[in-house]
This record gives sequence, structure tokens and C-alpha cells, in this order.
Amino acid sequence: MTVDELADRAQAEAARQAALQNRIYCCAAAGCTASGSPGVRHAIAGEIGRRGLAGKVEVCGTGCLGLCRRGPLVFSAADRRLYGNAVPEQAGAMVEQDHELPGAISLDDPFFARQQRIVLENSGRVDPERLTDYLAAEGYRALAKGLTQMTPREVVEDVKRSGLRGRGGAGYPTGIKWELVARQIPERKFVICNADEGDPGAFMDRSVLEGDPHRVLEGMAIAGYAVGAQQGYIYVRGEYGLPIERLETAIRQAEREHLLGGRILETGFQFRIDLRIGAGAFVCGEETALIASIEGKRGQPRQRPPYPPERGLWDSPTLINNVETFANIPPIIRNGGDWFASIGMEGSTGTKVFALAGKIANTGLVEVPMGTSLRTILFEIGGGIPGGRFKAAQTGGPSGGCIPEEFVDIPVGYESLARIGSIMGSGGLIVMDDSSCMVDIARYFMEFCMDESCGKCIPCRAGTVQMHDILRRITRGEAGEDDLGMLHELAGLLRETSLCGLGQSAPNPVLSTLRYFPAEYEAHIRDRRCPAGQCRFEALEEAAV
Amino acid sequence: MPNGTAAPEDREKLLERAMSRYQYAGDALIEILHTAQDLYGYLSPALLQHIARRLRLPPSRVLGVATFYHLFSLEPKREHSVVVCLGTACYVVGALRLVETLKHSCAGRTGPNGGVSAQIARCIGACGLAPVAICDGSVMGRVTPESLSRELERFGAA
Repeated sequence: MTVDELADRAQAEAARQAALQNRIYCCAAAGCTASGSPGVRHAIAGEIGRRGLAGKVEVCGTGCLGLCRRGPLVFSAADRRLYGNAVPEQAGAMVEQDHELPGAISLDDPFFARQQRIVLENSGRVDPERLTDYLAAEGYRALAKGLTQMTPREVVEDVKRSGLRGRGGAGYPTGIKWELVARQIPERKFVICNADEGDPGAFMDRSVLEGDPHRVLEGMAIAGYAVGAQQGYIYVRGEYGLPIERLETAIRQAEREHLLGGRILETGFQFRIDLRIGAGAFVCGEETALIASIEGKRGQPRQRPPYPPERGLWDSPTLINNVETFANIPPIIRNGGDWFASIGMEGSTGTKVFALAGKIANTGLVEVPMGTSLRTILFEIGGGIPGGRFKAAQTGGPSGGCIPEEFVDIPVGYESLARIGSIMGSGGLIVMDDSSCMVDIARYFMEFCMDESCGKCIPCRAGTVQMHDILRRITRGEAGEDDLGMLHELAGLLRETSLCGLGQSAPNPVLSTLRYFPAEYEAHIRDRRCPAGQCRFEALEEAAV
Repeated sequence: MPNGTAAPEDREKLLERAMSRYQYAGDALIEILHTAQDLYGYLSPALLQHIARRLRLPPSRVLGVATFYHLFSLEPKREHSVVVCLGTACYVVGALRLVETLKHSCAGRTGPNGGVSAQIARCIGACGLAPVAICDGSVMGRVTPESLSRELERFGAA
């Protein structure tokens, strides 16, 4: 396909869709699939056929529509109606655009109205399994623009200007990372997409890969052009069956149309993308462990520096970015870095996708401009806490912290969250009410880190075990006053001396709960009482009997 | 390909084909192990030896990799499998109660000779439906101890 043909194909598909009477989108993300969306889609297709509307009305899948709690979700484009908890029996009424049908969700609801979608812009508009859908939504236009109108250097400059920072959690400026790799002399370079989304409670990357796989491929190809790489890898969690399937399909489609592979868009640029399937190791989200895993070894991290931009995969310069970071690239190149920089807040530009889960009314996927307050995200978009009182929001998974109520008004950004002892993280946002015990949550995350420690360095391997043991004893009412001091000491040790981010950040949930909920720790230790009523002091009860 | 369903006489051929596609490169070890597990259902000592020989890798390296990653199983598959997710979202909405149900209902059937494999997952990324369990490969959302028990009873009858 040439650049002109790309524009023609996009136009033809857009015209075809515009000529339809209606296009009905069934959410095809993991959540809605588990709630039964394939059955609903099948029923709608049947009703269309029965009414002789084939070619006039169309049903297709689409990426995550956000409100996972109300799944399966169906969006009818012509009358702009969104149906929740859809069942196959409603298919006929949906095709007829019968507005008496119950279950419609208002698109003016704050859940939708307060969001701004860049990464998820194609949810409810593109079928992830059809390349032409993506083309009609300006797909691969950014790649064409980059290849034909910009030098690699200009692409890097544009990304730098955008202020985009790594969406995997650490927030390293993306443009600077690209520049580092671009500057390296060796000819063999690699681009890696980190899709090893392992934080419990996070499903942003999963939804992007399932809902808009071509966007990630396009972002990676642009990166390859900018830094001078010809080979890319996507490292996906082995647990993510559906995203793997969608990516395989998307890569095949893109190669067939010369949007990946040799002579992309009839230019001299070539870029291949291969999938590497993880096998269930949380530590592989760490970049050097991920590289070891792609090389077919145990996923254990190594000392940095040298950082991957200098020496990464097979000792070659390697660019590693997260799924959401790559997904932001096409709109940045299409609209310019300045456009992106105008969204969000100083130091944290653009939008962020959050996965809302836990004790919140609207569990699901939301995208908001950086700088939005937690209050807006949780209480307006999220719909508040059903039947309970807000206690804390957990961000950043096992590397993050718990944010108490006093901070819900701070704007969400990389620095603002770091200042209050948490991190932006990859975007998992888990809400807890007063039935959750903060000591137990700290124990829970430490157990996670203990299980997932790769065992290479001693501070992490032994320290997580010791910290977990103390926390376990606290939740059982078996700990003494001096255990808190030991907990602090171990936390400092892990933070200072662990080899990689897993061990260095493992104490974060403990430290943040100690800082904001000291009374809960004291109640467990002094009064042998769990204020949330969650911990069972079995040893004590047995003694009393 | 569903786990372990390839005809026995085809397995060897299919595995050989996968290894030759990667040109017997040691780098492809994880991909090869995935393929082998899909074909045979699990990674037996003999199978690991065979892969080590064909890829010209020390057996210790192959075993080291196979045991490092959670998804590789060195034991035969059971007839049924239950996975309860203990990701944070599931945990805060009461997934521990599901683990107790699992322990209670499957007592005696998850041992070395039992027909049920019971596992705990660290987030399967379906947090919008928490708590989540996977019974014989199909994802169940908003699971209660009662609905899980009903599912497990089905296993008992099978």
C-alpha cells in the first residue's frame, strides 16, 4: 500500500460506514466477553439477517466501552444509545432502535462526560479485528506522516515537545529515552513493547491491546523509524489469551498490507514486529528481566547501568516503552507535540487511563486528563462508594501506596502522587472502604512481592520474607511494639539495597499505610483489635477458650 | 491449540517442526516450552531432556527456565481446574471467602491423585467483574461462595 492508497482505503471505508443505516458495536473486551457479549452479538447478527437488513445495518465488536460493571455493553451508533447488561433477547429491539427498551445508559452521565479519550478514542468506533476500521479512524496516518514528511530527528523532537512520560509507572520522559537510543552508534537496535501488565488490579494495557491493537503496532513502527530500529518485540503476559489473539491477527493484517515488514508504505523503511509470550513471572515487567526473558532465560534482572538504551536485548541498544505509551504516539505525531502538551498539567501532560476497581460503584476503565483530582475520578466518574465510607485509594500496585481521604483533592500527576508517598504506577486504582484493614492490605502486597521475588539478590529474597512475617504476626495479634521499628528498618534496607525496582519499591505499601494509618497498626499491636473487623486473632481466641 | 489434545503420534512431529521454525536456537527456549506444554499438557522430565538435547542446551538451563515461570507445569494435568483470582480488586471484595469454599469443597480431590487442580491467580485483569474465578477455562464474574459451590458440584459429578 502506498501513502495515497492508504488515504483512499480510509476514505472508502468511512464512506461505506456513513452509508449504513446503523452500526451496532458490542464490547469485545475481556470483561464483557466473560459477561456474555459474544451471545448478544450473535443474536443481533441473527436479527439483522432475519429482517433483511444485511448491508444496511451491521454488528461488530469494539474495544472496552469502560463501564465494565454493567457489561455486556452494546452501543448503537445511529441513535447513540448505550445498553448495559444486554441479553440476547433484546437483540431485535436494538436493531429496531426501540427506545422503550430498558437498560439504556445516558452518555451525559458524568462517567462519560468527565472523561477525555485519547488512548481509548477508538473504543466504540473501531472493530479491533478489522484493519479497515482502524484506517477509517485515521489509522496509520501518523506513520505515513512520519515516514514521508518528517526526519527521524523531527519525530523524536515532536515526542519530546509533547512532554509524554512513561505510562508504565516510572514516568521517564519518553522523548529523552528515544533520543538516547537514536544517538547510539550500533546499527542493530530493538524496540520492545512492555505488555507484561502484572500489577494486580490493573487492566489498562489489556484493554488497549484487545480494543485497538493496530494503534500499538503503529506507535512501535514510528518509534522504530525514530530511533533507527528494524525489529520490534511485544512481550505479552501469557495469561492474556485474548490480547495475544488480537495482536497476532493485527500483525498479520498489517504485514499483508505493507504497514509492517519490508518496504513499509513503499518507502525504504522496514520494521518487523514479533510477539514474545511471557510465562507468568511478575518480575519480567522490570526491563532487564524482560530482556532476559526474551532471550530465553530465567527472568532475572541485572545491574543497571548500563541501561537498555545503551545495552539491552542481545547487548544492542534497546528502546522499551509500555503499551499505553506507544498508544499515545500516533495522535501525538498526527496532531503535533504542542497539542499533546496543552492537555493535562505542568510536568504531567496528556491523559491517563485508570482501571477502577474494588469498592466503587462504576468499576471499569476511564481516561482523564492529568491533573484531574481523585475526588473527580472516584466520586463523579466512579460514582462513589456503594454503602460504605471511603477509606483509601491504592495506586501503583505492589510498588505504590494507599492514599487517604485527606488527599483526594490533589491533582493526579507523577510528582503530586510521589509527594504523598504513592506513585502514579501503571494505572490500577483500587478503592477501599472501612471494611478493609490497612495492615492486612500491606501484608497482602508484601506476600505478593515475597512470592514474586526472583531470588537473585538477598535484600529482596530474604527481606520480603521477614517483612511479611512481621506483618502476618501483626494481623494475628502476635506482634510487639518493637516489631514496628524492625519493619521500618527492613523497609529502609530493601529500598536502599535491592537490585531492581521490585525489591526497592516493595516496602511502599507498608510505609504509606504506616504513615497514614498508624492507629490501625497500634490497635492490632496494643489492643489486639482490628478496627476494620477483618483480621481474626485466632491465637488469642484459642488461648481464651 | 487446546492443552494436551494433540494426537500422541503427531506431538513429536509438531514439536520438532516448532523447534526447526526457530532454527533450534536456545533463545527460543520459552516459546518451545510453551509449544511443548500445549502439545503434551505438561513438561515431563523426559520431554525437558529431549528439548535440551535438540536445542543443545544444558539440561540444568532448561529445567531452570521451566521452574522459574509459573505457567509451566511439571505435573500432569488434572481433569478439572479451578482458579480463584486473588488480585487486589478481588481481594478487597472478599475473594478469600472463595478460597475457603474451594478448600472446603475440594478437600481430598486436589491431592496428587485427585481429579481437580485448584490454584490461586495473581490478577487475571478482569477486575471490573471482581471477584473472579476460572472454572475449566471459562471466566466467571462476581462469584459468590454459593455460585462457586454449584460449579464445583458439577466437577464432583463428572
